[in-house]
Amino acid sequence: MSSTEVKTIEELANKEYKYGFVTDLEADSLPIGLNENIISQLSALKNEPEFMLLWRLKAYRHWLTMKEPTWPNIKYPPIDYQAISYYSAPKKKPKLNSLDEVDPELLKTYEKLGISLTEQKMLTGVAVDAVFDSVSVATTFKDKLGELGIIFCSFSEAVKEHPELVKKYLGSVVPYTDNFFATLNSAVFSDGSFVYIPRGVRCPMELSTYFRINAANTGQFERTLIVADEGSYVSYLEGCTAPVRDENQLHAAVVELIALDNAQIKYSTVQNWYPGDKDGKGGIYNFVTKRGACRGVNSKISWTQVETGSAITWKYPSCILQGDNSVGEFYSVALTNNHQQADTGTKMIHLGKNTRSTIISKGISAGQSQNSYRGLVKIVKKAENARNFSQCDSLLLGDKCGAHTFPYLEINNSSAQMEHEATTSKIGEDQIFYLNQRGISTEEAIGLIVNGYCKEVFAELPMEFAVEAQKLLSISLEGSVG
Amino acid sequence: MLEIKNLHAGIEGNEILKGINLKVNAGEVHAIMGPNGSGKSTLAQVLAGREEFVVTKGEIKYNGKNILNMAPEDRAREGMFLAFQYPVEIPGVSNTNLLKTALNEIRKYHGEEELDTIEFLALVKEKMKLVELDQKFLSRSVNEGFSGGEKKRNEIFQMAVLQPKLAILDETDSGLDIDALKIVANGVNKLRSKDKAIIVVTHYQRLLNYIIPDFVHVLYNGKIVKSGGKELAFELEEKGYDWVKNEKIEEMVNL
Repeated sequence: MSSTEVKTIEELANKEYKYGFVTDLEADSLPIGLNENIISQLSALKNEPEFMLLWRLKAYRHWLTMKEPTWPNIKYPPIDYQAISYYSAPKKKPKLNSLDEVDPELLKTYEKLGISLTEQKMLTGVAVDAVFDSVSVATTFKDKLGELGIIFCSFSEAVKEHPELVKKYLGSVVPYTDNFFATLNSAVFSDGSFVYIPRGVRCPMELSTYFRINAANTGQFERTLIVADEGSYVSYLEGCTAPVRDENQLHAAVVELIALDNAQIKYSTVQNWYPGDKDGKGGIYNFVTKRGACRGVNSKISWTQVETGSAITWKYPSCILQGDNSVGEFYSVALTNNHQQADTGTKMIHLGKNTRSTIISKGISAGQSQNSYRGLVKIVKKAENARNFSQCDSLLLGDKCGAHTFPYLEINNSSAQMEHEATTSKIGEDQIFYLNQRGISTEEAIGLIVNGYCKEVFAELPMEFAVEAQKLLSISLEGSVG
Repeated sequence: MLEIKNLHAGIEGNEILKGINLKVNAGEVHAIMGPNGSGKSTLAQVLAGREEFVVTKGEIKYNGKNILNMAPEDRAREGMFLAFQYPVEIPGVSNTNLLKTALNEIRKYHGEEELDTIEFLALVKEKMKLVELDQKFLSRSVNEGFSGGEKKRNEIFQMAVLQPKLAILDETDSGLDIDALKIVANGVNKLRSKDKAIIVVTHYQRLLNYIIPDFVHVLYNGKIVKSGGKELAFELEEKGYDWVKNEKIEEMVNL
């Protein structure tokens, strides 16, 4: 037996133990409601240093003065923030002995997505034997990352192990006063991820290839902080194509990215949370604040997102182009079906000279859903020679859905070059018939057409993710035409 | 192979086909000619299963099976192919992607194994030569930005890859210059064989100089009013469609 194998088995044994340990903790869940006492208890439960508690409390006090935004093009019943429990240890899923005990509908979807059997077991909580590939791979990965000085750990761990980094960067892009949901998150965030790439290091792998299983267990108020030091590069994948069911209806995450001189961050998301049933019952409210700061010269941040899940999506991954010559990119596919509502887009804030941004947004609406693109391009007075290219396309399936575009431009420097293109199209009967006539079923025809429409965005996703994302779109549209 | 009996069909209550009878055997090439509005394209679309056209009477048997209730994709998988008069553009979907999906769907339907990318590309490259298409063409989006001639050649190229048993060419000659016409006709001729049948729908006799039909039918006002050998096409060219129209009127008067 090689040493890695031994290590893997040991780790796994420890994991099993930890799992049990977490169950014991479940009794420590906090009662519902939100007040300073709850926040202090939450911080204590997580053994946080004082600076963290003070930050949470400042955020909470500020949140009390804020009002929930009403400007998005979405509708939902009022949320009772006092009816939520703000801390419960990860729930232990009922342990199953084989996949035969899993909901066959769920398995069917996994199969269509091409998710491996082992991974299916992980996702559904079936006990997995010791030769699980990802785990051993994960161990090897962690060693390799450590050698390069890369820090990749949970947010809680970072708060304890790397407090100086957290103190320096937390809230530096999304301040605790930012907006209603981000402020709430700042007060009560449960956990998340922390990444630090040291100077000149190119992260040799997509961060999260092994992380994606854990991603299925992410909490309600997640917080991610990624710092790319000078001349470094990292590609981070968030989310999972597998359908994720969660009992928490409200999700309010915050993601902060910081790119220093000549650094580059590529952040890709595939979001497929429970969208509610066909009649629009249930489903997750996803209110996310994602923002990246291109703080250094020649730095670059790219957001790529494929959003197919959630009952409500409210999210605007943005870039603050502070460093001269910095580049911001936003590539998005947002698909809504049945009664889903999405109000999503981006903000590109040009502060530095020769800054460039690209926005490619592809909205797809089906069923009775509402899909809005909302984007801001702002060029400040001193941002000489800024350039932006925006392309916002909407594709409609059927005649009961809606597509909306809200582009905002604030240009304060006459040297700016702006290009904006927008199209709205419908999948034509004659396109479908043409494909039918070549032996392709209607469902598959729609899949082909939709994937063709999203091609430019998929091209930005890491290969393996792109393949899954394509399948995901087809599955999300199943039964939407007919 | 194909037997159409007393076929009546129309769109939104307007009857366009008013009792078509036609029999096509394997190995035969039939030309269907007729003036504008006679129902030629409707016949082609009805055969392919376009839903907008409602069949009110009659039957279509293909290889002994009644296909009226068969979905268009199943007709295609059973070996029916329509070369469209106006091929649609599908942005973002490459020709390769379309063809690979189509071919594998058809193979799956017949219980055959799907072709992998290498096998598929080998097949495609061989077939491209038939219609003299450049390889760059494969990665382009289906018909997007194609010239009229390229679109028609693409239809014949698809036909060559999918190897249908019954091909219906709907005005494949329209909009083609003489060189493109020769290329297309040449491609079609190479696909002629004992076990395959072709129906050529056309307004002009021109195409029939290159694709020599075994039978020519004249469609007028939703009915086949005259059938004959290839010489009928020349007669039509010479006398024009008015000849058929007038003859038809005379017939009616004599009744």
